[in-house]
Amino acid sequence: MDAQTIIAKRIARELKTDMLVNLGIGIPTKVANFIPKDVKVFFQSENGLIGTGPIPEEGMAHPLLTDAGGNPVTALPGASTFDSAMSFGLIRGGHVDVTVLGALQVDGSGLLANWMIPGKMVPGMGGAMDLVTGAKRVIIAMQHTAKGKPKIVESCTLPLTSVRPIDMLVSEMAVITFKDGKATLQETGPGVTAEQVVAATAAKLVLPEKIPEMPL
Amino acid sequence: MKTISEVDAVALIPDGATLMIGGFMGVGTPERLVDELVRQGKRNLTVIANDTALPGRGIGKLVDANLVTRTIASHIGLNPETQKQMIAGKMAVDLVPQGTLIERIRAGGCGLGGVLTPTGIGTVVEEGKQKVEVNGKKYLVEVALRADFALVNAFMADYLGNLAYVLTSRNFNPVMVMAAETTMVCAEHIVPVGLIAPDHVITPAPLVDYLIRNR
Repeated sequence: MDAQTIIAKRIARELKTDMLVNLGIGIPTKVANFIPKDVKVFFQSENGLIGTGPIPEEGMAHPLLTDAGGNPVTALPGASTFDSAMSFGLIRGGHVDVTVLGALQVDGSGLLANWMIPGKMVPGMGGAMDLVTGAKRVIIAMQHTAKGKPKIVESCTLPLTSVRPIDMLVSEMAVITFKDGKATLQETGPGVTAEQVVAATAAKLVLPEKIPEMPL
Repeated sequence: MKTISEVDAVALIPDGATLMIGGFMGVGTPERLVDELVRQGKRNLTVIANDTALPGRGIGKLVDANLVTRTIASHIGLNPETQKQMIAGKMAVDLVPQGTLIERIRAGGCGLGGVLTPTGIGTVVEEGKQKVEVNGKKYLVEVALRADFALVNAFMADYLGNLAYVLTSRNFNPVMVMAAETTMVCAEHIVPVGLIAPDHVITPAPLVDYLIRNR
């Protein structure tokens, strides 16, 4: 199983029936592919849709029905549409149960940087700051390292997305939670040891007595 | 409400105007008004919009034609031309969190001076802004935005100017309608009064100044 599939499959297990869920672009989008058939979640697209469905069949796309990246999607039975003020009222107002987002860096207390690299990449924060500030639960989906360097660091050197810490981080190597501001290794990836996770992480990790392999 | 051609509508917009333009990655953007802005070469524009779409699409066409000197948006990452002009110093870009941007526009249209939001606290977004504490929680004071013209797109407009939207093309449009001195609307369909039922009207007719005629 490749890294992205491991991450997406593990996060899919966190989603339960009736939750309102917002998925970011990249690995987070793939989470939708691994939700069990009997689990019915509502996916929000922040451009104004609850009930986002899969990519339409060829010839069935509508130019006015897209995801937040502007790509064609479908709407499932029970879907609803609304304007951007409502959409971000849902997000900022704590009505979104879970958001799954990518990350550039996460620090040892769970603070996230995921929207710019000064001088290199300045795309704008889009909805990221509102999502991290307002969603009930923030889950980060990311590869554990970038070009061999840890992405989980002692302190973020990139501009922060929010001062609200994330709740959970899932990489191909580990599940880490941040309760009480402490990065705690909860699970390891398939065939990965806790020592390997520690070696690939630049922040202090709390290691509980039992660290099971992540269920997939 | 007056009906008008896009040529005459855009002729009312002076160089240097501040425009709110609806749409999200070009979806729900009044393309005919954008095309006409390019044809008439309106310069030195300030554009308030969610994003600048892609080169060759929606607001991206204004950027391609070098007509925009300032952009207030939440995301420009999918338009390399906007980034190029920003880095070259040809266009000033204010990046605003999307939820803050829409609320600043909403405030502008609703007679509010601004909004209090927790988004951006403790980040670069808070620089230069007033902070207030309400019930022990910190908020940024984000001031209202208004524009000279709102250029919006609707799915249906009736002969009086009542508007309805579909799917994800609603986005910023009904909020911007309220926040400009003059509102110009392109509709995919212009229909008889009554075809949009009162409960399905999203933008009431008195908010629309100009409805662009079909060709």
